[in-house]
Amino acid sequence: MSNWPLKTTLSILQSTPGHEGFSLPSLDVPEAPAPTRARAAKPKLPELSELSVVRHFTRLSQLNFSIDGGMYPLGSCTMKYNPRVNELTSSFRGFARLHPLTPDHFAQGALELMFHLENLLSEISGFARVSLQPAAGAQGEYLGIKMIRACLEARGEKRTKILIPESAHGTNGASASMCGYTVLPVRGTEAGLADFAQIEELTRAGDVAGIMITNPNTVGLFETEIQKITQLIHDRGGLIYCDGANMNAMLGVTRPGDAGIDCMHFNMHKTFTTPHGGGGPGCGGLGVSKTLIPFLPVPTIEKNPSGADDFILEHERPQSVGKVKDHYGHFLMMVRAYTYIRELGADGIQKAGRDAILLANYIRERLKPHYDIAYDKTCMHEVVFSDKRQNKNGIKTLDIAKRLIDEGFHPPTIYFPLIVQGALMIEPTETESLSSVEKFCETMIKVAGEALEENAFEKHFKDRPRHVAFGRVNETLAAKQLKLTWKDLE
Amino acid sequence: MSQILKDLLYTKEHEWVRRTSNTRVVQVGITDFAQSSLGDVTYLDIPAVGTSLKQNQVFGSIESVKSVSELFAPVSGKIVKRNEALVNDPAPINASPYAEGWLVEIEISDESELTKLMSPESYESVAQ
Repeated sequence: MSNWPLKTTLSILQSTPGHEGFSLPSLDVPEAPAPTRARAAKPKLPELSELSVVRHFTRLSQLNFSIDGGMYPLGSCTMKYNPRVNELTSSFRGFARLHPLTPDHFAQGALELMFHLENLLSEISGFARVSLQPAAGAQGEYLGIKMIRACLEARGEKRTKILIPESAHGTNGASASMCGYTVLPVRGTEAGLADFAQIEELTRAGDVAGIMITNPNTVGLFETEIQKITQLIHDRGGLIYCDGANMNAMLGVTRPGDAGIDCMHFNMHKTFTTPHGGGGPGCGGLGVSKTLIPFLPVPTIEKNPSGADDFILEHERPQSVGKVKDHYGHFLMMVRAYTYIRELGADGIQKAGRDAILLANYIRERLKPHYDIAYDKTCMHEVVFSDKRQNKNGIKTLDIAKRLIDEGFHPPTIYFPLIVQGALMIEPTETESLSSVEKFCETMIKVAGEALEENAFEKHFKDRPRHVAFGRVNETLAAKQLKLTWKDLE
Repeated sequence: MSQILKDLLYTKEHEWVRRTSNTRVVQVGITDFAQSSLGDVTYLDIPAVGTSLKQNQVFGSIESVKSVSELFAPVSGKIVKRNEALVNDPAPINASPYAEGWLVEIEISDESELTKLMSPESYESVAQ
């Protein structure tokens, strides 16, 4: 293990008086003092050379684990490889330098790309229309519920409740709440699916605005009764939102729009290979059924109604819920998603979904003899195990996760979903080859074996990880002693 | 194996109830099983003294590195005391769930509700 980069510190603490990273041309106008100085003291900026700054950020990036460095089977997150061609297209001058206030007739290329991306997503998901405006999946989710509310109010209905199965994604409750709904949880059946009988019971009173369902759900299973559920909710006057975070499993296999769903968000960073994390900018489009089209946020992209062969942004939509994001969302993310879909083509998109499912099931079969499986049946794009067997010998999910880091793998998602005690949730995505997935399985099997040995914790799991720059971190310290800015470290 | 004290009553939501010297007042906390499943507790949210509670009502939340869980009132009544020390440092909930990690004391409004709670023996089947 190389001892570089070993540790790093804040750039402000590396500051050396007199060092600078810029050179200005000599002054060619008479020097004049500023009339008044707004700030009392000089800002405390680090004094560093350009190379020191480059090294600082390079070091930080090397301390991070990324899909470019190794397998990242973080369940529910769809950590796909981001093809480099996406970076090529999104850096084209005409896209990258386009000002958001450019008049429509000078931005035709961008409008055309967005128009086609909306159509491609509609085709893939079976929805009547798509809006690309939301800046993230969670905002798409919020927008979906806002539109459901607007639609029900336009029908003169005041419904107050939303159903959310326990196997749905964690953010759903927050979106429902922000839109003024009371959340009614729906329990899971022994088979890991949403309980239809309870949905039937809870919707009898007629005060349920709809259901927020995740499909495939968070335990990686396809909700086989989805059409029965959408039929029932529609019959009783409600609407259906689907959490699209797990869309990867449906690519080219089935379409949520065809199953009677009224709206679903897309996580472009999961399904369509835009970058993960970094705090954004993100893109989380929303697909909607015919029923919800009038309520789409403004502007929408339309073919010019005058018959000219160009595109316009339409702002006049009387029933629209309004804007959720300035301009039209984060355009360069759309360029990346569009590039990915066009690069793969229809056959490639279908193969991506099928391969993701196949690899998850390969892992399921390989690891089943070694880890307790939460629901023993064919899974979709991810599979959930638990630490039940290892825990009997004192080895917990967290220990297994930390142990894997020393083997060069990012750990799976742990302790989620909450309905599985000590969950280990694995999602390989189609990015990985069979041989790298097999290597991961062999490592998991080795660790399972270590966990059953006598004195296993002391021998194999204590103080892990040992072979990375930062070893076992205190998981709660950051939550208990908040240090949010560099000033807290001074 | 998590610890279950013989002199306490329990709920299926993994809370314990202890009768105090004042027959009207009970002390409430979370069980050893609950603290070990939650992992290190980072934050506790409990209502002020004087708050009225109904049995099974959500009255607060407890946050750990893994998740945020709700606290359910084991009995109806009024909060007469809360463990102020935990607000700044909830660590005793993990280190000493049955003693220093107690959460609140409730003045019971309906004693018959105590009969609806679980015995240590029946709680044992839930805590695994």
